[in-house]
Amino acid sequence: MRPINSVIQEVRSEAPLIRTFRLDRNLDPTPGQYVMVWIRGVDEIPMSFSGPDTITVQSVGEASAALFALGAGRTVGLRGPLGNGFVLRGKRVLLIGGGVGTAPLAFLGEQAKGAGYEVASLLGFRSRDDLIFQDRFEALGETIITTDDGSLGIQGRVASGLKELNLYDYDQIYLCGPEMMMWDIISRTREHAQKTQACINRYFKCAAGICGSCCLDPDGLRVCVEGPVIMADRLAESEFGRYRRGPTGSKGPCRG
Amino acid sequence: MPSLSIHAGGLQLNNPILLAAGILGTTGASLCRAARAGAGGVVTKSVGSLPREGHPGPTIVHVDGGLLNAMGLPNPSYKDFQDEIDKARESKVPVIASIFGSFAAEFAQIARSLKADAFELNLSCPHAEKYGSELGRYPDLVESVTGAVKAASNVPVWVKLTPNTADIVELGLAAQRGGADAIVAINTLKAMAIDIETGYPILGNRFGGLSGPAIKPVAVRCVYELAGRLEIPVIGVGGVSTWEDAVEMIMAGASAVQVGTALLRGYGVFEEITTGLSRYLERKSMTLEDLCGLAGKEKLQ
Repeated sequence: MRPINSVIQEVRSEAPLIRTFRLDRNLDPTPGQYVMVWIRGVDEIPMSFSGPDTITVQSVGEASAALFALGAGRTVGLRGPLGNGFVLRGKRVLLIGGGVGTAPLAFLGEQAKGAGYEVASLLGFRSRDDLIFQDRFEALGETIITTDDGSLGIQGRVASGLKELNLYDYDQIYLCGPEMMMWDIISRTREHAQKTQACINRYFKCAAGICGSCCLDPDGLRVCVEGPVIMADRLAESEFGRYRRGPTGSKGPCRG
Repeated sequence: MPSLSIHAGGLQLNNPILLAAGILGTTGASLCRAARAGAGGVVTKSVGSLPREGHPGPTIVHVDGGLLNAMGLPNPSYKDFQDEIDKARESKVPVIASIFGSFAAEFAQIARSLKADAFELNLSCPHAEKYGSELGRYPDLVESVTGAVKAASNVPVWVKLTPNTADIVELGLAAQRGGADAIVAINTLKAMAIDIETGYPILGNRFGGLSGPAIKPVAVRCVYELAGRLEIPVIGVGGVSTWEDAVEMIMAGASAVQVGTALLRGYGVFEEITTGLSRYLERKSMTLEDLCGLAGKEKLQ
């Protein structure tokens, strides 16, 4: 499959460094799946879906900056949807997200609510200026917000919101955010790891399961095709939260 | 079931189906997974003397009958790779370290510094400036690089050749003169794809290498020509996806076969191919040795 040409329909600013791009086609993704977005002449980068036809992007490097330079009417190439997304289970679900990682969870929550699930959310941001998708989450059900600086909701990391919740009330927990935030949550909720699905990030090069750049120690799990959604009990026994490999393949610290 | 165990290119292998270079070979864990899935040996991602991030994306394009790639030799450098090899060697199958450089002494330095069961010299990557086929298309350079690595190491040295040349046998003979223990043929065919919506070449590097079923007939021809002229074993690679492909490659003269792009289907390909090969030998009452080079004239007469 060659990249599918897609015209950007609309660009919306969500926060100072976060924008949502609405594309001219619905690739019928499952929340948690991703698409390789080709910014022609620059690079091809993996992006989570924040809706059936939207991606929500944080500007972090050259490629995302180049994408930010594209407005409505400009085009990108798309390869996807790729990977394994979240699987809805049970009746009551909890979404736990941090920063731009809340994007696929908003999409998941809307599908869940539409299918009759009871949805609650715990979301963390640096400050109230970084908050995204508050309306979308609040429309789903109970929403607890934390901010690092205390400018909104509970002051502290996302995990400081856990005390407001009884995790035994939920049949399934869905997690997405910066690696250290997810690691913090997984470490504090080990007894729930078997019902926690986490959408993680690794350096993807081929996004087809053959180059090996995203393989997770110690089992060599290919995150680009066997993930990016992985059960937390499996992550707890892996390199996740401890180290990650970069573009050269050498190990480095986990960001965030 | 007939034994698939063989001695090829200086290595004892449980079966002749190996993981090709550049496929799931960045980490020791993924190499171990290939071994657990049934690979008779594994070749690592190519490592050089300096860390490289590789080319910008897209790094792959699916095309009819195969895959185009231009990864750009991303690697952490040999200085940061021994741990991955050591981890891979825990799998107990031979681990062949693929190495690249831009001159003989650079290859030799890497070979001196790494411990592996064998080396495979990447003289054939078609899309990295100053490396791979930019050296590997000159017989005198193939010979001198091979000789330098042989002098620097005491394990088998395999030389992987490029098909992007008028006469691959000339390159094979050069590697043999340099002391190679085996030839690996072929690397990818230099190729490109263009996005017709905009005119942009799709690969970030513009050019890449074509692999997959589309190149198998080229690989079979190269292996046949090489096996007919060389004294050293030839390891066949290029578009092998099924056990039938492996049989064909071995009949062309391959002592062992490497599998790469077929891993798009997952790790199950190793067992599919070895099981099919084993059943074929049983049905034909043949050994691997009988099969090897059967298409060559002498055996058919």
